[in-house]
Amino acid sequence: MLAYILRRLLYAIPILIGVNLLTFALFFVVNTPDDMARMQLGAKHVTPDAIARWKVEHGYNKPLLLNAQASGSAQLTDTIFFKHSAAMFVFEFGKGDDGRNIGNEIRTRMGPSLAIALPVFVIGLLVNITFALLMVFFRSTYLDLWGVVLCVVLMSISGLFYIIAGQYFISKLWNLLPISGFAGGIDGLRFIVLPVLIGVVAGIGSGARWYRTIFLEEIGKDYVRTARAKGLSEVRVLFRHVLKNGMIPILTGAVVVLPLLFMGSLITESFFGIPGLGSYTIDAIQAQDFAVVRAMVFLGSFLYIVGLILTDISYSWADPRVRLQ
Amino acid sequence: MSEAWASFDFVLLWTDALIFALVVGVLGLVFFIRRHEHLRAPWCAVAQRPMAMGAALVLSVFVVIGLLDSVHYREKLPDSPADKPHYSVDVLSVFDALVGDLRTQQEKTYSEPLAMQLYAKEFVQRDGATVREYPRLKFGGAHLQQEADRMPDITRRSLIGLAQGMAASLLLFGLLAAWRARRAKIPFGEWLMLLGEGRLDWPARTVMVMLTLLLMLAGVLLHLVTAYHVFGTDKVGQDVLYLSLKSIRTGLVIGTLTTLVTLPLAIGLGIAAGYFRGWIDDVIQYIYTVLNSIPGVLLIAAAVLIVQVYVESNPDLFDTAARRADIRLLALCLIMGVTSWTGLARLLRGESLKLRTLDYVEAARAFGVSHTRIISRHIFPNVFHLVLIAIVLDFSGLVLAEAVLSYVGVGVDPSMHSWGNMINGSRLELAREPVVWWQLGAAFTFMFTLVLAANLFADGVRDAFDPRQGIRR
Repeated sequence: MLAYILRRLLYAIPILIGVNLLTFALFFVVNTPDDMARMQLGAKHVTPDAIARWKVEHGYNKPLLLNAQASGSAQLTDTIFFKHSAAMFVFEFGKGDDGRNIGNEIRTRMGPSLAIALPVFVIGLLVNITFALLMVFFRSTYLDLWGVVLCVVLMSISGLFYIIAGQYFISKLWNLLPISGFAGGIDGLRFIVLPVLIGVVAGIGSGARWYRTIFLEEIGKDYVRTARAKGLSEVRVLFRHVLKNGMIPILTGAVVVLPLLFMGSLITESFFGIPGLGSYTIDAIQAQDFAVVRAMVFLGSFLYIVGLILTDISYSWADPRVRLQ
Repeated sequence: MSEAWASFDFVLLWTDALIFALVVGVLGLVFFIRRHEHLRAPWCAVAQRPMAMGAALVLSVFVVIGLLDSVHYREKLPDSPADKPHYSVDVLSVFDALVGDLRTQQEKTYSEPLAMQLYAKEFVQRDGATVREYPRLKFGGAHLQQEADRMPDITRRSLIGLAQGMAASLLLFGLLAAWRARRAKIPFGEWLMLLGEGRLDWPARTVMVMLTLLLMLAGVLLHLVTAYHVFGTDKVGQDVLYLSLKSIRTGLVIGTLTTLVTLPLAIGLGIAAGYFRGWIDDVIQYIYTVLNSIPGVLLIAAAVLIVQVYVESNPDLFDTAARRADIRLLALCLIMGVTSWTGLARLLRGESLKLRTLDYVEAARAFGVSHTRIISRHIFPNVFHLVLIAIVLDFSGLVLAEAVLSYVGVGVDPSMHSWGNMINGSRLELAREPVVWWQLGAAFTFMFTLVLAANLFADGVRDAFDPRQGIRR
């Protein structure tokens, strides 16, 4: 087991290197730092001086890969690649355009992101599974048919609509909850309720439908027929056998997104003014803060790979037939 | 002849060309499928599903509008010399020409749906004195004398529209019934009876009901648009119905062209990985794990920022604003395609891994059939249903993603008509008093209709093509 995890960790390194090289190519080779400077300073009136100053300020005034002027190991280390891309492996993200340390920002913003994303995830999972089981219990009846139709309708509505309509009706018209904002501690609860509620509702359509197919696939298997032949009631078959076996694909599918919850949700956070990583990212994209976007790309893929490893481990934990080797 | 011809300058945008290529491709495919019994069978199964057919009818309305909106031209300026004509910088489409006044009838600012006044009071000069009142619209309800005439006029127009729509659908129904009865070689009355009992081999009742509803809706709209702004006007006074209709093309382009980019990558790499295995499999798996590990929105954002920088630093490559917006739309499709092929590729890899061990593939290999031939004759036809299901399932997701991306600021060009831009431009207007809700409402309604129709159609296609479906019941 330990050897397997170790090997998976080693396997993760080339992937992270790949991500790193890809972002490096996107941000520094396809467009040179000069292009970025021109974009940031405004295309019309830029002087070579201004570009040079911008590059010095951001530390982009070095050669890309090989510094011929330096000596010794500095030939490799005093370059954009080493300072801005390779440094991310030790989580050294440098500074954003606002001059703040990106690493610090990430640490302080993870909390608020998690405060929204985790409840959405857990409550959403419970609600979706309940809804899906209900549909499966009433399968091939009109209840099931209309349940599926409701799911399709719900998943055809834009996520933006849920947020805008929720904010408008619940906060503005009925004054039930604050429209946006965030606070720590127990006081912050009232800010969290609305985004969590909307997040859960927005996910029901696709989630419940997906889980329904998983349960229906289980219900066609031989062990279910055996259970029925033993004389078990339909409720017992559903909750004791189908639910347990259906949970394997559901849980393992959920594990992969678990680490990514740290990243928060871009849209939700920016609409509700939550100072999390999602709104940080969206602000960076809109302000064209390349350093922050690069850092978030790296962080995102790092967390995804952690999720993949956790998935493999959870497979063997949930389904003893799977052996890791 | 040449005179009339010369007053236009046809403009072929990149996305137009690709759309027409796609249409030709789809027509070719339809022709091919019609000639092969085993390929036709699942489509006949789709055609028997009422939901899928109703959805297909709605989809086809969207497609027709989108296609009309994809033939672009520029008008010649009236006072330009004949030998060296100057053309307007506005790129128009056939759709613009068809809707005519809808585009040009611009008010001053916001007005409610079907209103005859602006939505806010203004100071106006009246009989030498300055009074504060709701100014009349220039076009919306301009033929009316007073506010009290408005509702009766709207009702009258709607009723006429409904009646005409109904009449048109009855006429169509008669023609259809006569044609089908003739083909089935049964009397007209008997066909009607079969229809009534729902015993025809296609869901004629659903199709007819949908067609009637659509025609009645069209009738009402046609009678109202000539005198009112049916969905109101936006901040700069443009007709919201026009904006929503123009956005259809953007939604369709993103939904279809992205898939077009996805397919070669997903099919080629997915099948190659599964079929050849070994180091090819390793390399391809590595590539898609890397791409997959980057959060989708971030990769798209990064790439769009890059394209923006490129367009800004090469302004001379794009002569009109339409071309600039078009290249950004195309880039968005490319980027979304490059980031979203991994799921299908993984699916195809798994399926090819299974297929390559089957007896008939082994036999083909033993006979010395080349790899390309095995893949094209034995592997690809057997995974094609997966490709098709993926295409129809992805479409709706892509249309919805456009709105989100536009909100993030990495979507289509701000000058391009799209539902995402409409939502983005008006989401703050809900804070106004009185509330400006119609622009958001129109964008969401149109998007919802398209996505719902696409989802229902996709369900039908999946149920007909997925071989696992049989076991599930």
